[in-house]
Amino acid sequence: MNRATFVFAGLLVLALPLSLLMGRVWVDPETTPNAMLILIELRLPRAVLAIIVGAGLGGAGAAMQGYLRNPLADPGLFGIAPMAALGAVASLWFGYATSAYLLPLFALAGGAAGMALLALIAGRSGGIALFTLAGLMIASLAGALTALAITLAPNAFAMSEIVLWLNGALTDRSWGDVTLAAPLVAMGLVLLGFAARSLDALTLGDMAARSMGLRSDMLLWLLVGGVGLCVGASVAVAGIIGFVGLIVPHLVRPLTDRLPSSLILPSALAGALLVLVADCVVRILPMVTELRLGIALSLIGAPFFLWLLLKMRRGLV
Amino acid sequence: MTLTVENLSLTRGKAGVLHGVSAALQPGQITAICGPNGAGKSSLLLALAGLIAPDGGTVTLDGTALAEIHPQLRAQRIGYLPQDGEVAWDLSVRNLVALGRLPHRDDGKAQIAGALEATHMTALQDRPVSTLSGGERARALLARVFAGDPEWVLADEPLAALDFYHQLEVLSSLRAAAQLGRGVVLVLHDLALAMNHADRVLVLDQGRLNADGAPEQALSIGNIMQVWGVSARWLGEPGARALVTG
Repeated sequence: MNRATFVFAGLLVLALPLSLLMGRVWVDPETTPNAMLILIELRLPRAVLAIIVGAGLGGAGAAMQGYLRNPLADPGLFGIAPMAALGAVASLWFGYATSAYLLPLFALAGGAAGMALLALIAGRSGGIALFTLAGLMIASLAGALTALAITLAPNAFAMSEIVLWLNGALTDRSWGDVTLAAPLVAMGLVLLGFAARSLDALTLGDMAARSMGLRSDMLLWLLVGGVGLCVGASVAVAGIIGFVGLIVPHLVRPLTDRLPSSLILPSALAGALLVLVADCVVRILPMVTELRLGIALSLIGAPFFLWLLLKMRRGLV
Repeated sequence: MTLTVENLSLTRGKAGVLHGVSAALQPGQITAICGPNGAGKSSLLLALAGLIAPDGGTVTLDGTALAEIHPQLRAQRIGYLPQDGEVAWDLSVRNLVALGRLPHRDDGKAQIAGALEATHMTALQDRPVSTLSGGERARALLARVFAGDPEWVLADEPLAALDFYHQLEVLSSLRAAAQLGRGVVLVLHDLALAMNHADRVLVLDQGRLNADGAPEQALSIGNIMQVWGVSARWLGEPGARALVTG
C-alpha cells in the first residue's frame, strides 16, 4: 500500500456520494420525489459501473505499460477492445441487442475471440514485438469489420445504434451490467496483481528479467488473461472508452516509486475516479442530448497525449 | 560449485554460433571471455546463465543440468548482468538494487546494503537512476546483481563505455566478489584489462574455443595474431601490461 493508493481511495470515497446527487436533476434525498428509487436503481449502478470500468481500464493500462516498458502503451494495443466492440456491433447488426444480456455477452465473446486469436498467432514464441504487432493487426481487422458493419447496416436505426454504442457511455445501465462486469474485472485485476512482480523484473529488460527467474510464458498468459478480462468486460458494459488506460498510469506514476507493481492498484483507483468524475461531468453539461462518455474522455485524452509527446521530446518523461 | 560447459553447441537460424565448447569454470576466480566480434562470447555467457538452451552438449552447475534447475533457484545462484544496461523506469538506485532480491522474494535489507557498499553506491541510493553518470549507473546495475547474493556473477561487457577510472572501480568490486568465493565471468573486449585483471581467459574464435588458460598464455602475441589477425606486442610488467600494435 503506497501513498498514491490512499490518496485515490480517499478521493474515490468522497466522489462516490457526490456523484449520486449530481445529474440532470440534482437529487435532494429529502425533497425530491422518488429520491431513493433514483439513487438506488439509476444513479448507484451507474456510479458503481463507472468505478468498475475505470478500475479495469486503469489497472490494465498500468500493467500494459509495465509489460511493454513503454509509457505510451495502452490496453487497446492487444486488440482485445476492438474485438469486444466488434462482438457488440454484431449483436446490434443482427438486432439481438433488444435483449439486455445479449449485447454484453456478444462483446465478451468478441473479446475472448481476440484473446484466442492473439494466442494462436503469437502465443508460442511470445516475443513482445510479435505480440504487439499481432495485437495491432487484430485491432485493425476488428476496426475494418466494424466499419464494414456500419456501412452495410440493415437499416438506419441499426446504423445509428452502432455508432452511438461505439462511442461509449454509461447511460441507463442497471445492476445487471454491474453483476456481469464486476466479477470479470475483479478477476482480471487479481491476475494482473499476480503479474506485478514479474513486471518489476522486466524493468531491466527481457534477459535480465529471465535471469532473475521470470517465466516469460507465464507472465504473458497472466497479462493476456488480466488485460482481456478487464478490457473485455469494460467494453461489454460501456462501449469503447479510450485514453483512461493511457493517461491514468502517467498521472499516477510520479506519485509512486515508479515500479510497475506499485502502479497497478493506484492506477485502478485513479481510473475509477476519472471515469466516475467524467461521467458526472457529461451528465451535468447543458447539452440537448448527453455527451457520450467515450467522446468526452477522448476530448480530454487526445490533447493530453499530444502534451505528453511534446514533453517526451524534450526528454522530461 | 563449478559451472561447466561440455561440448556446447548453439545454432541461431542456419549459422552455428558455438561449436563444441568445453570448459569447467571455478569459483573464486575472474574468468574473462575474449574474442573478436561475432565469436560467440555473449552467447556463451547466456548459455552459462541458463538463458538460452544449448542445441548440443550441456551446461551444468555442480553436476546438475541448468535446464533441470527451477528458474527461481537458478536465479538465486547465478546472477547475470546484460550489456544493454536497460532501466525502463526512473527508479531510485535503492529500488533498482532491490530488484536483485526478486529471485529470493524477500526484503534482503542486509544484502541490499552490502551490495550498495561493495559498489560504493550507498551515498547515492536515493538518487533517481536518470541522474547518474555512466560510471555510477554501471555500478548501480552491478549492485543489483550482488544484491541477489549469487554464487556466480556473469557480466556481459560490464566495462564497456566506462572511463579508465570507473573501469578499475568496477573491476575492484568484481575482484572483491571473487575473493568472497563467487565465480566471476566477464565478457571483455579490452584485451589489456583481461590480461591484467583476469585469472583465466577463454578465447573464442568463430564459435570455437581457441585457448583456455592463464592470461599470459591465452592472450599470447601468437594467439592474438591468429585470432584477431593483428600483429601486436605486450609492454610493461605482469599485472600492468599494455597492448600496442606493430
